[in-house]
Amino acid sequence: MGTLGYEGGTVAVRVALFITCFNDTLFPETGRATVEVLERLGIEVDFPYAQTCCGQMHFNTGYQREAIPLVRRFVEVFDGYEAVVAPSGSCVSMVRELYPMAAELAGDQRLAEKVGELGPKVFELSEFLVKRLEVTDVGAYYPHRVTYHPTCHSLRMLEVGDAPLELLRNVRGIDLVELSEPEECCGFGGTFAVKNADTSAAMLSDKIRHVLDTEAEVCAAGDNSCLMHIGGGLSRLRAGVGTVHLAQILASEIGEEQ
Amino acid sequence: MTTKLSDAFSPGPTPTFEHSARESLSDSQLRRNLGKATQTIRHKRTVAVEEMPDWEGLREAGRALKERVVRHLDEYLLQLEESVTQAGGQVHWARDAGEANRIIAGIARDHEAEEVVKVKSIATDETKLNEYLEREGIHAFETDLAELIIQLAGETSSHILVPAIHKNRAEIQELFRKEMGTKDLSDEPSELTEAARLYLREKFLKAKVGISGANFAVAETGTVCVVESEGNGRMCTTLPPVLVTLMGIEKVIPAWRDFEVFMQLLPRSSTAERMNPYTSFWTGMSENDGPREFHLVLMDNGRTDVLADEIGRQALNCIRCSACLNVCPVYERTGGHAYNSVYPGPIGAILTPQLVGQGDPGPDSLPYASSLCGACYQVCPVKINIPEVLVHLRGKVVRHKQDMGGPPAKLDPENLAMQAVARVFSDPELYERAQRFARIGQWPFVRGGSIGRLPGRLAGWTAVRDLEPVPKQTFREWWRQHRGTG
Repeated sequence: MGTLGYEGGTVAVRVALFITCFNDTLFPETGRATVEVLERLGIEVDFPYAQTCCGQMHFNTGYQREAIPLVRRFVEVFDGYEAVVAPSGSCVSMVRELYPMAAELAGDQRLAEKVGELGPKVFELSEFLVKRLEVTDVGAYYPHRVTYHPTCHSLRMLEVGDAPLELLRNVRGIDLVELSEPEECCGFGGTFAVKNADTSAAMLSDKIRHVLDTEAEVCAAGDNSCLMHIGGGLSRLRAGVGTVHLAQILASEIGEEQ
Repeated sequence: MTTKLSDAFSPGPTPTFEHSARESLSDSQLRRNLGKATQTIRHKRTVAVEEMPDWEGLREAGRALKERVVRHLDEYLLQLEESVTQAGGQVHWARDAGEANRIIAGIARDHEAEEVVKVKSIATDETKLNEYLEREGIHAFETDLAELIIQLAGETSSHILVPAIHKNRAEIQELFRKEMGTKDLSDEPSELTEAARLYLREKFLKAKVGISGANFAVAETGTVCVVESEGNGRMCTTLPPVLVTLMGIEKVIPAWRDFEVFMQLLPRSSTAERMNPYTSFWTGMSENDGPREFHLVLMDNGRTDVLADEIGRQALNCIRCSACLNVCPVYERTGGHAYNSVYPGPIGAILTPQLVGQGDPGPDSLPYASSLCGACYQVCPVKINIPEVLVHLRGKVVRHKQDMGGPPAKLDPENLAMQAVARVFSDPELYERAQRFARIGQWPFVRGGSIGRLPGRLAGWTAVRDLEPVPKQTFREWWRQHRGTG
């Protein structure tokens, strides 16, 4: 492993991993990579088993009364942690940006207060590393040609800015190529991809065109939901281009192959 | 849908966005025209905005002003009525589209007008004024070039600012040749514009009544403002002896000095110009100049219902710049007609469902016509949090269905699935069991290591996308195996 940009050794932070139901079930390797990166930086990671889903799918599809118990559960499960970290900008933005609306809908002042306290402690992985820990080099090695798609919720709801790119630029061996029209949505949008499947596909075809233009081997992002969408299209076209979550690039070291 | 709005929106169920979008998505000419136009305008807007050192401050000022208007709407409207009346104008109040149309037709009839000339106005599109006047034997001529194009083509607007954005030069050339009888017309923009000028000039001089909308109306002074590019608006508001302005009640602004903010925000956001070519202001009537009679029609048409919704009411802050349409990845691909609404794009998706209320499949589908990417919120000059309102309205749509729809709504497959999944997520044990079930239950769909076809509503996903199978071990199973704590 090369020199670690972060010199702090052990950090006095105990974080809870908010795995998200999506990663837990469909992309467990992203969760393992997140744990690896955090532990490499000397952070103690907890995984509260009682966590399930933040309620985003229900809330954003309009089933908001159904999402309220999930909001309550989340607040209870993660209460008391200094920081909660998730490898998903989208689920974090649900907690930080939409939980207040859910508490308002529930008409529960106490829940609103708890949501207000917890929200600022919930971080997307790249923003936690770069903005909170001020680490931009995690000692990763990833000898591949990679293009990065900044997902909408990380970009516009969480405003993580260049944090993911700063991390990627410090990865050894990486050949990072810029994506054109990077800020345009890939067309996933949760249940949007099912309810408006045709419009979603039209958006996807342009995103795929831009990805293929970079001649990258893999397209990286901080959200597996967007990657499942982009990757699903690439796979159907047999384009020979893969997708990989940012955490998995950051967890890669010399002597192992992802 | 309430009956009072039946004049504004076609009676009977409206097609859903999903349904209409399918048609426009496969129109390659439309995709090309729109893609090119929206990309050009949004890049220009970025340049026009980036040269402003205090853009974020201006946006915040615009938001704050509009919010104050909405909060004190009753006071500002009464003040506006008084100011306009003092300046020699006549003010009319219209509860809905039908009342607005009747008032305007009445004024035209009083002056025995068989033809009226119009400035581009979305408020009159909302009331379907042209159709109403036609039935009353009065022909309305649209004088904005793009409005004229779609009027001649017998179509509806597909963009707030550029109603004919879906058409290219060749299509307009073809239309003008047919409708104006100019056989040797080329597709040069200057020639097409000249043809329209000649066609319209005579109408301006003949018309006894001009009809306009309003971008702003100042409560303090009674001044009405129309912002435009072509000068046709100036002709309509100055040449005919009678001028009628129809405006939504939310267009009032407190004071003359507020133009400082809005005149910087609006042109840059809409046409990416530092300043638009024509800005007309008029205050009641002037001695020996302009129209001899001025009528201001203040229309509610569902706006006070929107006002009652604390989250949704920010839609009333809109200054109709259309920046949200130009950046929207959905609008860019489907075009405006897919929305089946006078107000298309992101702003239409939050405004129309609120103006008509829940229960009609068309407007009910609009809050879902978005991937919630947030690009609209980022460019909105008055900071309307469109994604937030979209999510809020989705909630209203679902709650309305659940509470009013009876047994069929409860048995709707989506509702049943959402209820079941919510139940699973509320219990970690059930959740883990469901994870194991997904792993086992997926086997009929997995072929060669991936899922290529799914049944029911999920078929839309697998139409163009593969799906990776659920892996052998969940994250929590791994954690339990390796860490054992939690």
